[in-house]
Amino acid sequence: MALLNVTSPHLHKPGNTGAFMRQVIYATVPGIAVLTHFFGWGTLINTVLAVLTALACEAAILKIRQKPIAFYLNDYSAVVTALLLALAIPPSSPWWLTVVGTSFAIVVAKHLYGGLGMNPFNPAMIGYVLLLISFPKEMTTWLPASGVTASTEALNLLQSLQLVFTGQISGVDAFSGATPLDTFRTYAGQPEVLDTNAVLHGLMAGYGWEWVNVAFLLGGIYLIWRRIITWHIPVAMLAAIFFLSGFFNTAVDADNYGSILFHLLSGGTMLGAFFIATDPVTAATSAKGKLVYGAGIGILVYVIRSWGGYPDAVAFSVLLMNLAAPTIDYYTQPRTYGHSKPNKGLAKRS
Amino acid sequence: MDVLTNNLGAVTALVAMALVFGALLGFAAVKFKVEGNPIVEQIDALLPQTQCGQCGHPGCRPYAEGMAAGEEINKCVPGGEDTIRALADLLGREFVPLDEEYGQEKEHKMVAYIREDECIGCTKCIQACPMDAILGAAKQMHTVIVDECTGCDLCVEPCPVSCIDMVPVKVTPQSWIWQPPQGIGARPGNLIPVRNLA
Amino acid sequence: MSRRIWDIPGGIHPPENKAQSAGVSIRQATLPERVYIPLQQHIGAPAKPIVNVGDRVLKGQKIGEATGFVSLPVHASTSGVVEAIGLHPVQHPSQIDSVCITIKSDGEERWIERHPIPDYRAHSKKEILDRIRDAGIAGMGGAGFPSVVKLGVKSDTKIEQLILNAVECEPYITADDRLMQERADQIVAGLEIMAWLVEPKEILIGIEDNKPHAINAMRKACEGKPIDVVVVPTKYPSGGEKQLIHLLTGKEVRSGGLPADVGVVCQNTGTAYAVKRAVLDGEPLISRITTLTGDAVTHKGNYEVLLGTPVADLLLQAGLQRDRMHRLVMGGPMMGFSIHDPSVPVVKTTNCLLAPTEKEFPDPAPEQPCIRCGSCANACPVNLLPQQLYWFAKAKEFDKAAHFNLFDCIECGACAYVCPSSIPLVQYYRFAKGSIRTAEQEARKSDHARTRFEARKARHEKEEQEKELKRQERAKAAAAKQATKKEAPVKPAPVAADAAPTAVAMPATSATDTAGEPDELTKLQTAAASTMKRYKDAQKALETAEKAGSDHIDALRKKVEQLKAKADAAKDAFIAAKNAAKAEPEAHKPAHDDPLAALKQASADDFNAYKAAEEALQQAEASGSGDLESLRTQVAQLKAKSDASKAAMKEARAKEKEEIQARNAAADPVKQAKMEVAKTQVLLKKARKALEAAQASGEGDIAALTQAVQDAEAANTQAEAHLKQLEGA
Repeated sequence: MALLNVTSPHLHKPGNTGAFMRQVIYATVPGIAVLTHFFGWGTLINTVLAVLTALACEAAILKIRQKPIAFYLNDYSAVVTALLLALAIPPSSPWWLTVVGTSFAIVVAKHLYGGLGMNPFNPAMIGYVLLLISFPKEMTTWLPASGVTASTEALNLLQSLQLVFTGQISGVDAFSGATPLDTFRTYAGQPEVLDTNAVLHGLMAGYGWEWVNVAFLLGGIYLIWRRIITWHIPVAMLAAIFFLSGFFNTAVDADNYGSILFHLLSGGTMLGAFFIATDPVTAATSAKGKLVYGAGIGILVYVIRSWGGYPDAVAFSVLLMNLAAPTIDYYTQPRTYGHSKPNKGLAKRS
Repeated sequence: MDVLTNNLGAVTALVAMALVFGALLGFAAVKFKVEGNPIVEQIDALLPQTQCGQCGHPGCRPYAEGMAAGEEINKCVPGGEDTIRALADLLGREFVPLDEEYGQEKEHKMVAYIREDECIGCTKCIQACPMDAILGAAKQMHTVIVDECTGCDLCVEPCPVSCIDMVPVKVTPQSWIWQPPQGIGARPGNLIPVRNLA
Repeated sequence: MSRRIWDIPGGIHPPENKAQSAGVSIRQATLPERVYIPLQQHIGAPAKPIVNVGDRVLKGQKIGEATGFVSLPVHASTSGVVEAIGLHPVQHPSQIDSVCITIKSDGEERWIERHPIPDYRAHSKKEILDRIRDAGIAGMGGAGFPSVVKLGVKSDTKIEQLILNAVECEPYITADDRLMQERADQIVAGLEIMAWLVEPKEILIGIEDNKPHAINAMRKACEGKPIDVVVVPTKYPSGGEKQLIHLLTGKEVRSGGLPADVGVVCQNTGTAYAVKRAVLDGEPLISRITTLTGDAVTHKGNYEVLLGTPVADLLLQAGLQRDRMHRLVMGGPMMGFSIHDPSVPVVKTTNCLLAPTEKEFPDPAPEQPCIRCGSCANACPVNLLPQQLYWFAKAKEFDKAAHFNLFDCIECGACAYVCPSSIPLVQYYRFAKGSIRTAEQEARKSDHARTRFEARKARHEKEEQEKELKRQERAKAAAAKQATKKEAPVKPAPVAADAAPTAVAMPATSATDTAGEPDELTKLQTAAASTMKRYKDAQKALETAEKAGSDHIDALRKKVEQLKAKADAAKDAFIAAKNAAKAEPEAHKPAHDDPLAALKQASADDFNAYKAAEEALQQAEASGSGDLESLRTQVAQLKAKSDASKAAMKEARAKEKEEIQARNAAADPVKQAKMEVAKTQVLLKKARKALEAAQASGEGDIAALTQAVQDAEAANTQAEAHLKQLEGA
């Protein structure tokens, strides 16, 4: 018989990193379902591809780094990275795009910085930006959402597989469409087009995409309810977008600046707000810091969407704010009990 | 001629700016001068003050002066890695591991211990001790004042009867500190066999 | 009435697990065979024992005296005999034994004469405070800070609130809960004494809302008294002193400050009870209520335990299921410490003993990487950034950790409880705190060392200067003398720089080595030194002449040679005399002293001689004069001699040790033989008894038994004979 000699506390709340990450995976299910509904099986195929690539890369790197493979694979962090990247990539993208992006995310953006917990940038977004810059055509080619016109239908499984692995679909000629953000950007200042284009007119915002965003919003609320993430970052980010789009849409020019709902329910807004910006490793940590961090992302998203060179900007905004996170943390430290004011900045050398 | 007149404005502006900023910098240098300790004092403050001379200098301060003049920072054996790190930090130099030529870092802090029944009272160790930490008189038994001993070793060699040992400092509940956990992948804690449970 | 209750940040709600032990009334633990009273049971200086081994002590008798302001006496918790004063395992994470007074109980529980003070209000406050100090009362909830230090409020501090901490927020523990349910009146009496001492504006009792029975009991006991029982919501760690103060008053104790700074005194329930016992009953703190719980304990509940009772005794009494116990914790599950040895005694701060099963307290999961999720920051009751502290502690960036207020951490464990990566955060903080304290101590020590070293250097310089001054004076005097004699062809150099050290060094060594016959020796020595000096001076003159190309070279050379011969002769004479002087005591000594001492002396002398020779050689080498070859061989010879004598001494020492061992070994067989005799005797007796029994009952194989008895007899006689033989030898 032997006794365990261990530091207090002797009790531990049930749950571990792996369980946290699994909750994140569950929360993406509605989003995946809606994406599949509107754009065919491409999203699912991408997801499977990305997860397999991520696990293979992770295992290989762990082996090279001489770390226990099973122990680290069990934290599901690689799966989450792969999933988020796969959800951001167009469903029509060729298979190698997913593989390149995922392996870059895992090998370079995660492990070269020291692995889980050490990476300064969100690996999924690094992978995304790499692809966006290197393969702009593939990364901006979206299928038209099914039902946007009477004739558009989502691809079936076979067609999706064909598209992903060969780049063509037999029997279908034109399959490229434009996302609502793209469309708005193209026709900004032309109210006659904006008012009639079907892509921009779903129930609340852009056709199809509004439901994708609602699905991710639901997943995000689930995460907050399960206390996997806190409300600070998503709320701050969405609030920033809300106020900026509200101001420019109503007070400045409705033809050049989209409506509040349009911005909130287009592109990667909800996915970014609840799943990407909340990546704890690369975000600010204190409550106040999270508010600043989230608001920063929201502002950048709006700025780049409205005046920058890309139709959507979640990835760039998140990466830019990743860069600022340590600084934000240093300047938003909470006031410790018994101190009259909070610490600012780093320790001075005595 | 054209070139000159065309660029005259730019050149003048640049020169003016150079002058203004130069003046500003000069003013700042005078006005906000940091009154720090002289560097030797700062280095000396980081050294363990064992005065053991293992670095080749007769005491800590001379070595501090040496380092201020550019000497290597990896010669202090009793200070070990922590001291080298602190020195590297202070002097803005790269960390270098301890130079083995000067000795190996000891795992424990040591103190001198005189086996008193073997001491012949020659006073040689008293003269060697840089801390005046050895008590005794000629022909009388000597002893080490443990609290003053820095573990420098210097008394060991001169002893004609080899009655001085360097022993590790005894850990007390007051001086004991927690060790860090073994790190990622390790289960915290260890198993201890049960004794005295009749 | 309802008071405003403030909120503390963070906090957690672990499963309470109090029901197991809260339902049973307090039981009296049985008297242990021995009690072990540690001299240090709390923060501050340990007590000093005032009894001796073998003394009879009475229950409640003071056996250890306080040694400072933050120090408390200890008392015998039962009557009996002091059996030992020495190291015994105590609960400390270092697992280092500590000094305890062991009392073997006589079972009588005889009290020392008690002096109750029922009318304490008629006495001076100092008297009552002294009584509380003398009773050894320390905070019985947490770190065990001497209560008297908190109660002895300075006259210029105005206390606004006296708070009784009855929160008991840690899971499993119900000691205060039960105490309040059963002895509320006594607790309130103690509280009133403390109130009389500190004169607060209001008296508050803070209790968590998960103890309705205790709340009722306390409300009843406080009826008609100016005491406010305040119910606070259940949340860990509301029972931390600073946390409770904030909950009840909204005040924050400044970092590094004391509650008294903000006009608050906070005391634990058990402490109030102990104060009552000390003042109104005249009993020092010798027992306490301890919760025994955990699934490996059959009779869970609260026990009134004598301080010093070994944990093992208590556990066995409470029906410990040994095989199911997987940990043993003193204190609660959040802040308690693992016990490494069940023989550790219960002390003043032991509020709980926890013996959980593996199922109840599963092994902690392996540490995973921190993902900065911030759960810890949300749980921290003092608003730290635990994840930053963790990174700094791990990277040993202690100055940064300190800057992030590491020392405001109360080690409540809330952060580690919620950490999804199972990081033992508290251990990292303890490591960082310890390292910072050690570093501070080392910095102080090295500062001290520097001062000492510099003082020594200054002293040496002064001595050197004085010596130099004297030397110059002597030289001057000599020059004056020579000038009057007018027989100096060679210019008197002010100081003969190279000759001087030898002259100075020699008397130093010789004076210490040979105490006898100083006159003769010194004379010879001075002679040697002066001739040496003259020789050197002449040599110098020769050298300059050679350089200048003077024509008196030949004459000078001759003179130098003469002087050299003289100098050598003088030196030889001196050395011979010195050796003779040394030889004399050596010749006498061995006759009286033991050979080892002689060897030691010889070895030391040889070593000295060798060192002196070496010095001389070095000087010669430096100056480039003298017969280097012969000096070298001399040094080598002396070194060999010294080594040889050292080796001889070591050999002799080893031999001596061997002899002692051999003697011990020689003693052993006798002992063994004696034991053999005893053993065979016992066997013989047993065999005889068996035989008798068999004969009486008429059952069993009598023949075999008889044979066995005969065998045993034979063995016994043989053993006795062996012993006799050995003793004879």
